[in-house]
This record gives sequence, structure tokens and C-alpha cells, in this order.
Amino acid sequence: MKAAGLDEPYQKRTPLLEVEDLTAGYGAAPVLHDVRLTVRPGEIVAVLGANGAGKTTLLRTLSGLVRADHGRIAFDGEELRGVRVEQMVRRGIAHVPEGRGVVTELTVDENLRLGGLWRRDRADAARALSEVYDLFPALAQRRASAGHQLSGGERQMLALGRALIGRPRLLLLDEPSLGLAPMVTAQILALLRDLRERTGLAVLLVEQNVRSALSVADEGVVLSLGRVVTRNSAADLRDDAALRHAYLGF
Amino acid sequence: MDRFVYLTFDGLSRGAVYAAFALALVLIWRAARIVNFAQGAMAVAAVYVGYSVTEKTGSYWLGFAASLVFGLLLGIAVEKAVMRFVDHSSPLNGVVVALGLVLIVQGVLGILYGNEYRPVETPFRRDAFEVGGVALLSRYDVFVFAAVGAVVVALTVLFTRTPVGLRMRAAAFAPDVSRLLGVPVGGMLTLGWALAAAVGSLAGMLVVPTELGLHPTAMDVVFVSAFTAAVVGGLDSPIGAVTGGLIVGLLLSYVSGYLGATVAPMAVLLLLVVVLLGRPGGLFSSSKARLA
Amino acid sequence: MTGVLQKSPTRSGQTLARRRRRVPPLVPIILGALLVLALTYVLPPFRNYQLATVGAYFTVTAGLTVLTGLNGQLSLGHGALMATGAYTFALAQNRWLSMPLSVLAAILTTTLAGVVIGLAAARLRGPYLAGLTLAVAVVVPSVTSTFDETFNSDMGLSVALDPPPGVVPMEQWQAWLCWAGALVTAFLLATLVRGRFGRDLRAVRDDETAARLAGVHVARTQVIAFVVSAACAGLAGVLFAFLAQSVSPGAFPLTLSLFLVMAIVIGGLGRLVGALLGAVLLVALPALAQTASERSGSQHLEGNLALVIFGVVLVVVMLAAPGGLASIHTNFRRKR
Repeated sequence: MKAAGLDEPYQKRTPLLEVEDLTAGYGAAPVLHDVRLTVRPGEIVAVLGANGAGKTTLLRTLSGLVRADHGRIAFDGEELRGVRVEQMVRRGIAHVPEGRGVVTELTVDENLRLGGLWRRDRADAARALSEVYDLFPALAQRRASAGHQLSGGERQMLALGRALIGRPRLLLLDEPSLGLAPMVTAQILALLRDLRERTGLAVLLVEQNVRSALSVADEGVVLSLGRVVTRNSAADLRDDAALRHAYLGF
Repeated sequence: MDRFVYLTFDGLSRGAVYAAFALALVLIWRAARIVNFAQGAMAVAAVYVGYSVTEKTGSYWLGFAASLVFGLLLGIAVEKAVMRFVDHSSPLNGVVVALGLVLIVQGVLGILYGNEYRPVETPFRRDAFEVGGVALLSRYDVFVFAAVGAVVVALTVLFTRTPVGLRMRAAAFAPDVSRLLGVPVGGMLTLGWALAAAVGSLAGMLVVPTELGLHPTAMDVVFVSAFTAAVVGGLDSPIGAVTGGLIVGLLLSYVSGYLGATVAPMAVLLLLVVVLLGRPGGLFSSSKARLA
Repeated sequence: MTGVLQKSPTRSGQTLARRRRRVPPLVPIILGALLVLALTYVLPPFRNYQLATVGAYFTVTAGLTVLTGLNGQLSLGHGALMATGAYTFALAQNRWLSMPLSVLAAILTTTLAGVVIGLAAARLRGPYLAGLTLAVAVVVPSVTSTFDETFNSDMGLSVALDPPPGVVPMEQWQAWLCWAGALVTAFLLATLVRGRFGRDLRAVRDDETAARLAGVHVARTQVIAFVVSAACAGLAGVLFAFLAQSVSPGAFPLTLSLFLVMAIVIGGLGRLVGALLGAVLLVALPALAQTASERSGSQHLEGNLALVIFGVVLVVVMLAAPGGLASIHTNFRRKR
């Protein structure tokens, strides 16, 4: 099934997320300065940059965990600033935080159900749950295991699956490859491509692993010290040797 | 031997009350990482309310219900008006604020009701039935077991079988992640305080008639016993709290029965010291330090 | 001035040290002693009695603020330690009728109790330590019923005292002795916390791991802090027994321990001036509440109104101070 409006190339679609002049941080010193970026439906945008560039802070600001000092965050044309964190899922934004955010004291099944508790449409939430189990058979086998018993890859699948149960339109994904074997990372990134093909899911992907991020992304945004230094197509970024050396370290 | 059997049942009955009270402490500790030192004072306030309603209406059960409802509301008020604003950089902050609440509650109760001990009626007789010539337990003990048992079952079902329970557990373990998944974490915290305060009120209603009577400080000793019970079980564990409560109840009963009632508080203190120093994570956990 | 201090920490340290050398703690102590002495000649007997009570409270709050404010250990058991001192004093006094001997016995006993609790306390943190000391505060008064032949249960003991020397009125004599105890305690504490030991106390409070890495013996520092403050509580207990000329468990309820915590928090944690301010509040607020309740004619207000006021003030202070207890002592450091 293809989502509506996905027949045209993503560059021409109306933006889903538009960030303008976003400044945010903790306390007095901002971490992000005048950040601008756009994510369209079905587009995968990679946020790249060195440690401390502000990538995680950017995602946390978008989902409301960090308060924005000024700027505009428009999602589907509506301002997101001031919307409470708890409301983000209801708007269609899923944030898989750094370290995956599996509630380790709860079982796999409880973690997944937690992802659908906010939904009014109970029937669809149940359907989404079984879809996730189909998508990740490994999770289905470990339904009753506690989160802390899972491997890193299983935790990433669990966090991702839990996000999908909310049937989000935008996925904020923080460092999915962290601590995972390359095989597992490749699997997860392939899944992202597949999801955007099938459901028009838009992804804002924060990654340390630049190569794999650019292999799956359509566009890349390079952050350095909290500022956007380049926005370009993933292919161009891959080819731009000077940029790679300066900011991405390979 | 007869005496031992009697003391065992008596100890289990006391223990059930401590279990309920310890459970209330554990509920708040799990949800907010605060040991609610005001739990005893809040419970006494609820018992006074129940006592007043019973006196006005002549019905124990109306008073009983009023006490639990008042406890629930007091829990909500304390969380929303005070505890929510406590800074968590040091665990002492919550303790000191709770102590301030103790002073306020005890002072207000003293102003409203005076500082005399008031005898409180029980809904059932407290003399024990005999089975084969051995005094076992009283109707009141049965009532205590039933009430505490109902609370334990209800809480277990709530936490393990319902969406609200799942939200509450998630909010306690991982507040940020829970918010990202649409869980109203603040509301869950308030609910936790409300439930805990209601359970504490129940424990107060059950224990006050068996002690000296109603007084603003009536729960001080009970609080120490229940805190010991919670520590014995490990502050994080509801099952541990129930087990710890029964252990403390039995200890108190045997010590009172064989060595004299005035020695009992010292036995509790001794148990607390031994557990704190010997089994730092409580009897049922494996953590190492009491670095709360 | 503060700007300069912040920019060069080493120089500010020297400045502070030099200033400290210029004003040894002896000077404020002597000034305080002279002030108290002068006051006792002009105040009426009842005010002298209140002044004496302030001195007795200051003795224990000074020790407690070192423990909680400088070392970060919250004790809810200092009321019980005071009871220990008071009872030892009463028993010794009734047997030997020798003040110095009885005071010494009382302080020694409390110090011993402090060692026991302190050893346990050094292994406990936060709410666990608070819970243990709370248990001590609740349980210790019941000891008087267990050994009622010695302690005479709830009735307590009367304390045999020599009459004041010469023509000095009783209340004036009480004020002198209480303040002698308080000022000697304050002097010893001030001297103790200025040196290396004071630095160790703060280091342990702020970051145990860092303190350990810097070569501070954490557990020993904590035990010593507890023992020192227990000894202060013991002396304060003596002064309470001396003031009341009797001891009973009712004089050392849990609320006394809570009052002490409140006093040091409101006064400003970790400084002796704060402990003094707290001690003044402990006497002044109940007196004011008493007056208010007499005016209103309600018997229930008596005592209870003070409880409510103390509780409200404590909660408000804690919530208003950003960071809670920590900011209460950081603010102080900045001001200094």
C-alpha cells in the first residue's frame, strides 16, 4: 500500500517538518544556533556531525524534551514549539532516543503495548502490534523477556517497533547503529528504506556512522558546533571529499 | 505451644498492617524516589477524618470510606502542591520537606482535635476464637487479613493487568521515554501518591484501634516499623514490602509476648540496624550500597 | 570585590585566610560572652530563662549544622542523643552531686552513643540514614519504660542541683552556665571546622568519590563528624536537664529532633551563625505562638500553632531555595 501523494518524487512534496532559525540548549548557553532543515514525507534525512555538534539536542528539541529559545518548528504546517512532549505521538512524531529507550524493567510485550496505549483506535493498535511481531520475529519469540535481557540489536528492534505501533509520520531516530554489529545496522537501515517506500514514513536520522547513514539517506545535514554548515543530497555529500575531511572524518 | 500459636497469628495480623503501610512507602519510592516520611502523619489525619464521620453518623463503614477518600485526596494535594516542586539534586530535600509536612499535619490535628488520646472502636470484636482450646485469631484479625489481602490483590491486578498500571510502571522507570510515548508522567505520579496515601490511610484505620488510641503522633512508632518492613524487603519491591511487614509483625509479637511489650520497639530498631548493615539491598535484592 | 575573588581563586583563598587570621574565632566568642553577661543583669528572670534556653538549643544546633550542613549527613536522632545526655547527667548528679563529673559522664556516654550510630551512619546515605536516625528518635524514649527502675518510666527523674553561688538568682545562673556551654562548644567547633578537618567535611559532602581520590578518609570523616555533633547534643541534653531540673521522655519527643533540623535549615545550613539564628527561632516562635493562643483563648492552639508555623516555614524555605539544601549552603559560601 502506498500513502497518498507519494507518487511524485519526494523533492516536490509539501514539507512535513520545517525548522527555521532554531536556537536551543540547556540553561544559558545554547547548543543549537539558527538551525534550518526540511523533511518531506517519505524522505530520509541524515543529521551528521562530530561528537558534541548538537545532533542529539536537535532531536530532543524537536520532540520537546529540550526547550527551544527561539525559531520555528512547523510540523504539517502547525507550530510544534510549546506542544507538550506527551502530545508529540498524537501528532504523528515518534522519537527513538539515544540508547534506544527500552524500558528495561518491562517485558518486550509491555514495551510494545506501551507504544500504543495513547491510541483511541484500539483495534488498529492491536493490528499494529501484530504487524511489529511479524516484522521482527525475534521479538515475537522473546515476548515475555524483560528488556534488560535483550541484546543490543533486539533492543533497537524493540524501540523501533514500539515507535511504529503509533503509526508515526515522522520518525526521529537517534544513533540506531550505536553498539550494533554492522550486519544488524544494515538490516535496520534497510528496514527504514522499506518503511518509507510502503508507508511514506519520513525519517530524521542522527548517525555517527556517516557511511551507512549516507547510504540510506536522501539528504544530509551537517552540523558543526550547533550550526548547519551544509545541506545537500546524500550523493553529493558522499562525493564531497573536502567536506568529508573537514566535518565527517573519513 | 498454645501461646506460640496465638502469638504467631497475632503477629501475622499486625504484620498485615505493616505490610500495607510498607507497601504505601514502596509505591511512592518507586514512583518518585522519595521516602515519604510524612506517610504516618497523613494516615493519622485520614483516621481523624474517619473518626469524625463515624462520630457524626454513627456508622463505622461511612467513616472507613471517608477516611480512605480523604487519604486519596490528601495524597493528591501533597503531590500537586508540595512534592512536585521538591528539587531532586539531593535525596535529603524530599526528606526534609516531608518532615515539614509532619509538623504541619500534627500541628493542625492538635489544633482541631486536641492532644488527648481518643479511644477508637473496632467494627468487629477483638477477642480470639478458640479452635480445640487454642486461641487463634479474632474477628478483627480476619477483617485485617481480608482488607490487606484485598489491597494487595487489587494493586497487583492494577499494576500487572491494566493499561494504567503499565503507564505507572513505565513512568516510574523511564519518565522521559514514557513522555515520548504519550504517557502523562506527572499525572501518573499524582496517581501514585493518591493510591499510596489511601493505602496508608487504610493501614492507619486498621492499626490505630489496636494501639493506644487516636493521637496526632499515633503513627510514629508504626511508621518506624513499616519503614523497617520496607527496608527488610528492599525499598523497590512490593512483594518484599509485604514479606517484610509480616516479618516485622511476627518479630514484634514474639518479643512483646515473651520479653515484654516495652522491649518491642528496640527489637525493631535492632532489626533495622542489622538489615541496613548486613543486607544493604534488603533481604530480597542483590544491590550493594544504600546510595539512594 | 566578588568579581576579583571569582577571577583568581588562589588569591581569594589567601585573602580569606588572612582575614581569618586577623579575626580569630575567640573574638566573637568573647564579645558574645560579654553581651550575654550584660544581658543577664538587665533582663527579668523569665527572659533570662529564655536566654538560657537559646544557649542550650544553640549547643545542639551548632553541632548538628556541622554534621548536616558541612558533612551532608541528616540526623533525625539528635533529640534522642540529647535525652541520653540528660538522663546520664540526672543519674550521675543524683548519685554524686558533682556538676563537672556529671557533665563529663553525660558527654562521654553520648559520645559513645555517637560512635555507635556514627559507625552505622557512615555506611548509609540519604533516606536510609534519615530512617535509621528517625527510628532512634522514636525508640529511645521507650527505653525509659523498659528499665523503669532506673529511669522511672514516663514520670522521669528530678535532678539534684546545688543552689547558685552567692546571691545570683537561679535564672541568671542558668543563663550563665548554658551560655558557657554554648560558647565553648561554638569555639571548639569553629576551630575544628576551619582547618583541614573542615575541608575534609565539605569534600565528603560534595563528592565522596572525589574526596576519596584526594586522599580523604571518607568513613572516618563521617564518623568523627557524627561523634562530634553527638557530643554537642549530649551537652545540650545536660543543659536541658539543668534548666528543667528534671528529665522525662516527654521532654525529648520526635518533634524536638524535627525542630532541630528545621532550625538549622532555616538559619542557613553549615554555619554557626545560622545555628544561633535557628536556636533563637526555636525559643521565640513558640513564645509568640503561645501569646497568640492565649489571646485567642483556645487551648488547642498552645504548642500546636508553633508546630504548624515551623512546618510551613520549613516547607516554604525548602521549596523556595532552588536546589534545596544545597543552595542553602552554597548561598552562604558566596555571601562569605
